[in-house]
Amino acid sequence: MTDNARDWPLWEVFVRSRQGLAHKHVGSLHAADGEMAQQNARDVYTRRREGESIWVVLSSEIVASAPDDKGALFDPAEDKVYRHPTFYHVPDEVENL
Amino acid sequence: MSVSEGTAAEQARFQAMIDAEQRVEPRDWMPEKYRRSLVRQISQHAHSEVVGMLPEGNWVTRAPSLRRKVALLAKIQDEGGHGLYLYSAAETLGVSRADLVDQLLDGSAKYSSIFNYPTLTWADIGVIGWLVDGAAIVNQVALCRCSYGPYARAMELICKEESFHQRQGYELVMALAQGTPEQIRMAQDAVNRWWWPTLMMFGPSDKTSPNSAQSMAWKIKRRSNDDLRQHFIDMTVPQANYLGLTMPDPDLTFNEETGQYDFGEPDWDELRRVVSGNGPCNRERMAAKRKAHAEGAWVREAATAHAEKQRRRREAA
Repeated sequence: MTDNARDWPLWEVFVRSRQGLAHKHVGSLHAADGEMAQQNARDVYTRRREGESIWVVLSSEIVASAPDDKGALFDPAEDKVYRHPTFYHVPDEVENL
Repeated sequence: MSVSEGTAAEQARFQAMIDAEQRVEPRDWMPEKYRRSLVRQISQHAHSEVVGMLPEGNWVTRAPSLRRKVALLAKIQDEGGHGLYLYSAAETLGVSRADLVDQLLDGSAKYSSIFNYPTLTWADIGVIGWLVDGAAIVNQVALCRCSYGPYARAMELICKEESFHQRQGYELVMALAQGTPEQIRMAQDAVNRWWWPTLMMFGPSDKTSPNSAQSMAWKIKRRSNDDLRQHFIDMTVPQANYLGLTMPDPDLTFNEETGQYDFGEPDWDELRRVVSGNGPCNRERMAAKRKAHAEGAWVREAATAHAEKQRRRREAA
């Protein structure tokens, strides 16, 4: 990300669309501080009742995995079918398994 | 983020990923030309959204009813929001917002030629919603399948919000088209003035479009200019027929064989003139953007100073 001193910091916006659901990433915006980021997020991302709770997080505070590490991080899960219930054979006539 | 064209192997891997319909995300390796192409296209798109607020803003205080006024205000606010979604998408490619805004204000970046035409009557507001937003939606629906993830996601959000723009426009034009003879004349006059510039929104003909082939191969663009233009015409002419309005094109006829409308050649010289800065309102639009930016400077500075003061207070506490 280019760091331009003329730009306000970038914030990532997360919105909970309704009670009972998790906050979901919806986009980002620039703001001078957290309060302004909240207000702008309300105007930019919830004009049609898309949400009832907003989180804003400084983008620079997010620690992200690198695309090059995708293999090392996620390939090991590929061959572990024994972590899924369908890997195990049980008789059809036995119920509630 | 890599800033090279990469090795042949890297390029081949990238193209294979595109061909397999996989989306490219911000921190993935991409050829520098792919990145630059996207920055150009997405920032132009963002500039178009914010400049597009100006012709409509012209009529807010003169909307004929409260219902029309809230619709117009909501639509203009949406355009501002759409500009923000798109600037954010462009920024994921490593450019700064301030630089993009500079490029708009110093005239080095382009925006859609359509917003350099004047809104002379109230009917223009309806026709912009119906035709201009209608054309934008055709373009944007295709871009929802763009290979670059953040751009495609912005497009989905924009398409969802924009369908009200087209419907309110059509409803507005319908009210005029079913009104007094004077209102009908006003609606027809607006259609006459906006039809050709709307068709030019899809860009030059495929035969002469300089950036198309590579954009299609990279799936930045999913359908060609001519293909999208034809699709828009086929959808829109029946909508005009319903209103009893006609398009200002003597060559416009339904072709029974192709099942599509044949139409005349847009005036490409006019498009070139407008794109190169000499349309009816280019100077006025740029002057308005520069004025707004300059007059907003103190607000931006005050907000920065306030944030800094709050931060120091928190630290001292």
